[in-house]
Amino acid sequence: MSDSAEDVRAYTVRLELVDRPGELLRALQPISDNGGNLLSIFHERGNLTPRGDIPVEVDLEATPGQFDNIVDALRDAGINVIQAGAEQYSDELTIVLVGHLVDTDLSDTLSQIQRSTGASVRDFSLSAPEGEEKESSARLRLATQKGQARDVISEVRAIADEKELRVVEPLLGGEAV
Amino acid sequence: MRVAVMGAGAVGTSVLELAEEYGHTVTAMADSSSAAVDAGGLDAEAVLDRKHQEGIVGSGDPEDALDGEYDVLVEATPTTLGDAEPGFGHLREALERDRHVVLANKGPVAERYSDVRELEADSAGEVRFEATVGGAIPVLSTIESFGAAQITAVRGVLNGTANFILTRMQNEGLSYEHVLAEAQDLGVAEADPTFDVEGTDAALKCVIVANVLGDDEMTLADATVQGIHELPASALDLADDDGQTIRLVGEITADGVRVGPRLIADNSALAVSGTQNIVQFDTTYAGSLYNSGRGAGGPETATAVFADIGHLD
Repeated sequence: MSDSAEDVRAYTVRLELVDRPGELLRALQPISDNGGNLLSIFHERGNLTPRGDIPVEVDLEATPGQFDNIVDALRDAGINVIQAGAEQYSDELTIVLVGHLVDTDLSDTLSQIQRSTGASVRDFSLSAPEGEEKESSARLRLATQKGQARDVISEVRAIADEKELRVVEPLLGGEAV
Repeated sequence: MRVAVMGAGAVGTSVLELAEEYGHTVTAMADSSSAAVDAGGLDAEAVLDRKHQEGIVGSGDPEDALDGEYDVLVEATPTTLGDAEPGFGHLREALERDRHVVLANKGPVAERYSDVRELEADSAGEVRFEATVGGAIPVLSTIESFGAAQITAVRGVLNGTANFILTRMQNEGLSYEHVLAEAQDLGVAEADPTFDVEGTDAALKCVIVANVLGDDEMTLADATVQGIHELPASALDLADDDGQTIRLVGEITADGVRVGPRLIADNSALAVSGTQNIVQFDTTYAGSLYNSGRGAGGPETATAVFADIGHLD
């Protein structure tokens, strides 16, 4: 494959938006203004960053030149660009967290996982049949970059250790059967 | 072969009962306080009756069994950690007399593997221990026949008690405590289930496999171990909703030995039910291979003991 500046490639941009009306539209404007083709928007409703911002993940297609302009334009518009790159999420893994999930600030746990692993939380379920003060379980589906699953799991383990949460990891390796 | 049996628990008594069928003669048997010795062959029924009625196997001292006439010593006393005694001492004595040793006791090969190999090197006797990993399932002999260098990783469900508990928790949505009590009633779990539910038993088996596969000696202390005793039913529910299950999996890879509850697909070969065990071997040229079956029990483990005896010259 050639690597010319004219090649259109897929990019993922992670943004953190201030929670106010019109902010999402304002973030998307620089993409179309600079010739980018929007592929998908993943809006993590209900999951706020510690500052109260809303994490949004945008997949788009553009040439490398266009992409640089898009990132510059987003930053000029005062939009918080957390991560921008050609990395496409291609692997998925599921983990279960067990412990005092609610007491240890679940939303912070999820933010930490996304921030330090670069993985994206695609799906999330909490089960707290005995009430939120008791131990509960959560299932997370994470989208990771290809080949990163092991690194992501060890980061998750470190975050969980700090909060005294237990991780039920997926079994990787061997032939999928 | 003339066989001396140390240990009169489920495995030891099964060896005594089944030896004749396999063409062997049990010349001595000992429990922790007594021994029955007869160079011409013990009367299995008489020994077991006495054990049942009086709590002893015979009028002799356990030392008499070790000093008796036999070609192979079957060490089936309870697994102990650390110095692995008294099992290790029994093994030493037999090897110093140039006798073969077949272990059902995990202690010596999990905690003192290189000591065992050193004693074996100085002896005309051989040490085999198929029965220490996965009951009747051929695990060590599979590694032996492929060659340790051709096995890149081994994973498995190696504790039937833990697997029974997880299976029931998932299928019935019951709590750990509830299912454990049920397992104890059924005799699937012991009164003190610590070894099984905290992952120690599975870890010992994995350490033994790692010792057979690798050059560096491992002990239980080198394994990363997490049990199932702190797993809420909600974790299994969430796994179930997603087409997955949680099993206590032992893993032996280039990174070492790990035992812990792991998420696996419901339809994965490793997702065995109830007290079944399964072992997955990753090979260099043949992908993954699986052996499964009964991983515990007297006659099952005795089956592996006799397979080992059959391999001795």
